[in-house]
Amino acid sequence: MPILTVKEAINQALVESFTNDKNVILMGEDIAGGKGREQYQGTQDAWGGPFGVTQGLLTKFGPERVRDTTIAEAGFFGAAVGAAMTGLRPIVELMYVDFAGVCFDQLMNQAAKMRYMFGGKQNVPMVVRTVVGAGFRAGSEHSQTLYSLYTHIPGLKVVAPYDAIDAKGLLLSSIIDNDPVIFMEHKRLYMTKCEVPENLKPIPLGKGRIRKKGKDITIVAIQRMNLFAEEAANLLADEDIECEIIDPRTYSPLDESLIYESVKKTGKVIIIDESNPKCSLASEISSLISENCFTDLKAPILKLTAPHTPVPFSPPMEDFYIPSTKKIIKGIKTILKY
Amino acid sequence: MNIDQNKLNWIYKKLFTIRFFEERIKKIAKEKLVPGYLHTCIGSEAICVGVMSALNNDDWISSTYRNHGHAIAKNCELKEITSEIFGRSTGICKGKGGSMHISDFDKGMLGSFGIVAAGPPVVLGAALQEKINKGSKNSVTFFGDGAIHNGAFHEAAGLAKLWDIPMLFVCENNGYAEATATDWHLNTKNLSDISRAYDMISYRGDGNNVFEVHEITKNALIESKEKNTPIFIEFKNYRFSGQYEGDTQLYQPLEEINEAKKNDPIKIALEKAIDYKFSSIEINNLKKQALNDVEEAFKFAETQPWPKPEDSLNDVYVNYPKNLIL
Ligand SMILES: Cc1ncc(C[n+]2csc(CCOP(=O)(O)OP(=O)(O)O)c2C)c(N)n1
Ligand SMILES: [Mg+2]
Repeated sequence: MPILTVKEAINQALVESFTNDKNVILMGEDIAGGKGREQYQGTQDAWGGPFGVTQGLLTKFGPERVRDTTIAEAGFFGAAVGAAMTGLRPIVELMYVDFAGVCFDQLMNQAAKMRYMFGGKQNVPMVVRTVVGAGFRAGSEHSQTLYSLYTHIPGLKVVAPYDAIDAKGLLLSSIIDNDPVIFMEHKRLYMTKCEVPENLKPIPLGKGRIRKKGKDITIVAIQRMNLFAEEAANLLADEDIECEIIDPRTYSPLDESLIYESVKKTGKVIIIDESNPKCSLASEISSLISENCFTDLKAPILKLTAPHTPVPFSPPMEDFYIPSTKKIIKGIKTILKY
Repeated sequence: MNIDQNKLNWIYKKLFTIRFFEERIKKIAKEKLVPGYLHTCIGSEAICVGVMSALNNDDWISSTYRNHGHAIAKNCELKEITSEIFGRSTGICKGKGGSMHISDFDKGMLGSFGIVAAGPPVVLGAALQEKINKGSKNSVTFFGDGAIHNGAFHEAAGLAKLWDIPMLFVCENNGYAEATATDWHLNTKNLSDISRAYDMISYRGDGNNVFEVHEITKNALIESKEKNTPIFIEFKNYRFSGQYEGDTQLYQPLEEINEAKKNDPIKIALEKAIDYKFSSIEINNLKKQALNDVEEAFKFAETQPWPKPEDSLNDVYVNYPKNLIL
């Protein structure tokens, strides 16, 4: 089976979607980059966005469908809404999720509400691909995750894959989905690899994944936090503690029953989210579990999140900001005492 | 042009300091000695120094992620700038900001923003404050050719004109926004034509000539105050640096770079030194001082303590229960 990086997997999903449906288009800043220049046609260097994810698309599909935009997010996000309503399947790239501020209206008020507000007659089949996450020493304005900001809004679907197989399968689904989908790519995961089957089918939105089976405690891990959850689980296995790791993968819709089944079995749960704590995915999942698994719980639910601060730049402070394997192990041991 | 000797010395020393500083940054970026994104400004020296030489120390400016030159020219402490880039606790933002957010409020810097076009509205606010309080500080916002396409710029320009706010919109047209050349995306003949939509006075100048930048800025500041109006200035130069350190820059044709080198702002300034009666010994002395300052700043930064992890919990609010931050 081919081994792909998350970056390659996303690129493959884009290429396949472009091939399958001529209505798929891509808009964003420097998604082609220097390659847009005539004398560079056919040469290897395209920026393909700052992380090179969309490299090669312009050559394969041409400038009509792969459009480099100006730094005008409100403009091209709104254009995606209109294009989606009238027959295209636009994918727009928000270079960093932190830039949402300048174009959020088009998502929150236009894309998300079109269907509902106008009596269910209108679909907005668009995808926002965006880059999230701390750990890149990129400072306060290039490191947020903001998962809950999008999840909060009815009408938007929210996807945050961890590995290459999920990235590809979920992006394929997001593009054929008839609702607006926010597809979040973690910058620290782009170069991580796993096996991805040749003819991978779309992975349905709203289905979580059990990444590791166990009976002692449930770890709900959000996107990159799966990495640390797995490290912690492996270390704890040496002490005969069996952790069950659940990656919800999509947050709207959320695979609630998968989480509940696990909690019913273990009775103990820790939720790991690298976002700020207040009104976060962690607090949402925690409240759902306490409402739905009250009698199954044998210990208080533990949320492990970043502190209530912006993402700091300096390495010791940023490392402290991000939940760590060590903190997860400590948290789990506290819960297991109950 | 009448510039006193102290200012002339200052201008040359700052030009050299910025160039040496950025060359040093490029070197340590290659060696991966500093964390994070680094946006250097080789080619911007004359704009940074020329504008700032026309300002008073406490005048307001805003900058961007490409801010090292602005901060140096605005007289921020070189050691503190360097320490910040190294992520150390004695950095200008205590290690919280990093290279993209070098900014010292006490030196009139209202911020260096990572979001394109975030600066113009903020400086508009400072200028509004000066107007309401009958203050005398000048207000200048720096942004790039790419920012011209963003709504925030347009909204600030419209309000500034509507409210008769004296301030300068200084656009550095360095030929590129990331990997996109300015002219691929330009909708007007000249970039500064965009200000016509707001009936705003605008000027264009050679951003490689520090004295031209100085003169245009000085006059625009006077005119803007006299007429109670914002003024837009486009300074043309060339981005020798990549978008960030590590950018392959393959989209910048070699012929283009070589052509631009003929107008390197440092080279132009050196050619003009004779007009200002500098001897080569004097110039070399200023260079030496600049290089020395840069070396000292880097030596300082490397030895500075890291912030404590928990320091990250400070400064979120003026007043907030501490236990609720963590
Ligand atoms: C709102 C927003 N969109 C996109 C970006 C990503 N980005 C960073 S710099 C840049 C190009 C800006 O070009 P220009 O304004 O010409 O400034 P220069 O880098 O040339 O100094 C882009 C698109 C951003 N920081 N903020
Ligand atoms: Mg530019």
